[in-house]
Amino acid sequence: MQHNEPDRNNNAGQEARRDFLKQSTLLTALSLTPSVVVQAAEKHLDEKAAAYFEQVTLKLTINGKPYTLSVEPRVTLLDLLRERLNLTGTKKGCDYGQCGACTVHIDGRRTLSCLTFAVMHEGQAVTTIEGLAEAGPQGKLHPVQEAFIRHDGFQCGYCTPGQIMSAIGCLREDRANSPDEIREYMSGNICRCGAYNNIVDAIAEVKKGGQKV
Amino acid sequence: MIPQKVDYKRAGSVAEALSLLSANPDAKILAGGHSLIPAMKLRLNSPSLLIDIARISELRFIHEQDGGVKIGAASTHHDIVSNATIRELYPAMAEAGELIGDTQVRNVGTIGGSIAHADPSADWPAVLLALGATINVEGPAGAHDIPASEFFTGFFSTALEEGEIVTAITLPAPSAAHQSAYKKFMQPASRFAIVGCAVAIVADGGTITDAKVAFTGVSDAAFLDEAVAAALIGQPAIPETIEAAANAAAEGDIHINEDHFASQAYRKHLAKVYAKRALVEACGL
Ligand SMILES: Cc1cc2nc3c(=O)[nH]c(=O)nc-3n(C[C@H](O)[C@H](O)[C@H](O)COP(=O)(O)OP(=O)(O)OC[C@H]3O[C@@H](n4cnc5c(N)ncnc54)[C@H](O)[C@@H]3O)c2cc1C
Ligand code: FES
Ligand code: FES
Repeated sequence: MQHNEPDRNNNAGQEARRDFLKQSTLLTALSLTPSVVVQAAEKHLDEKAAAYFEQVTLKLTINGKPYTLSVEPRVTLLDLLRERLNLTGTKKGCDYGQCGACTVHIDGRRTLSCLTFAVMHEGQAVTTIEGLAEAGPQGKLHPVQEAFIRHDGFQCGYCTPGQIMSAIGCLREDRANSPDEIREYMSGNICRCGAYNNIVDAIAEVKKGGQKV
Repeated sequence: MIPQKVDYKRAGSVAEALSLLSANPDAKILAGGHSLIPAMKLRLNSPSLLIDIARISELRFIHEQDGGVKIGAASTHHDIVSNATIRELYPAMAEAGELIGDTQVRNVGTIGGSIAHADPSADWPAVLLALGATINVEGPAGAHDIPASEFFTGFFSTALEEGEIVTAITLPAPSAAHQSAYKKFMQPASRFAIVGCAVAIVADGGTITDAKVAFTGVSDAAFLDEAVAAALIGQPAIPETIEAAANAAAEGDIHINEDHFASQAYRKHLAKVYAKRALVEACGL
């Protein structure tokens, strides 16, 4: 049997379901449904009661602090941060990888925390927006945070933590050498308020100032 | 939404991943998770066990081999586009990889995950077809190779058998006068290809001696368009040749996709336009 092959059975109901899945997949544009969608729908795999599910012990460093946690494998890093650890600075916009609001750094790489399970990051270091400023009430903000404030790089602010984490990545990757390059390499972060011009200015200013990010 | 409950194991080696897979028929391989996790959240896919292969070092490498390049299945899109040899030998790989999603997606998504998933709009499949890649597979019956031209069998469907995983992708050594290019008309938010065209040509003394032209986004699966290739081979690498060849694109007995981004007629038109752009670039015109 072919692993990724939908059932070739010519049953009309199944065909109709396949067509529906096919249609809806194409319609969603971001084609998210894998082959097994079809298999799962047809075999009712998703209704199968699984026998036993473990909580996994997980060691993570978050904003420099070591954590030992017990988590279900299905918990995304985003939900762990927000719901368990109260680190609500990281935002949930779409929960499907499309908006960038949940961007954090994992071992220095900008990553979508909504599309990764926490257990996948055993032993790794996560940095969130809360980890950028110096500690304490008088702690200095990160240069990119300051630049966003100076340039009004936001309106409602919902996308801002993701924008700032992504902007730091963009600067560290040396992808902020022109407004066009900044726009391209910030394309994973959507701002519904449309603060894009000011965001680009803020990043360009940090690049020009040569501050360490 | 939150996925169904699931177990999780991080495999330390290909052998361990394969034995977990054969012991758990409802398990799924997890690489970057950027296609699987959305599907699990939508409860379209509810495996009993996730077998994480992302950290298996024998799956994450890029090295030169017999004048070509072998890419481990767990290499991320970012690993691939930042590899100097790939950029030099296969410009189409760099062009395609750089336009997958965005930096965050490229940092995590893998080439093995992309081709195993076989999204009809994914970029790598078209490029691998045009470059004549080989998919290296391992399963209960051992290791074997599948030519890219036999790998993408249909809508989210591949030639992978039950219990098999993709271990690597091998790109053959390009001949001296080899050129490649990838051009896509993309969905503006996700950047998936509405139509993507990959071409690889060999032009010897101004004459095209070999050509492969592949499309993604156009049909249920990425495919090689033989009619376009036939209209190129043996012809001079001039605009008239390209015009005629591109006009042959996506004709014949091919099912053309349709959705609210592009009707069948518009997709067909885009296939010709993007074939032309990719060929113009590959021919250096
Ligand atoms: C916002 C967004 C935008 C995107 N834009 C694009 C785009 O423009 N172009 C594009 O081509 N893609 C795009 N993608 C898809 C992206 O490239 C995915 O990373 C890729 O399709 C899947 O790779 P993965 O490593 O994340 O696989 P996973 O999600 O981990 O796995 C996908 C499927 O493949 C199976 N699998 C994984 N690895 C293997 C293996 N080695 N052997 C056998 N089976 C395996 C899994 O079991 C699963 O069924 C986008 C994704 C997102 C979230
Ligand atoms: S919440 Fe993760 S990308 Fe939108
Ligand atoms: S500031 Fe409101 S979404 Fe960006």
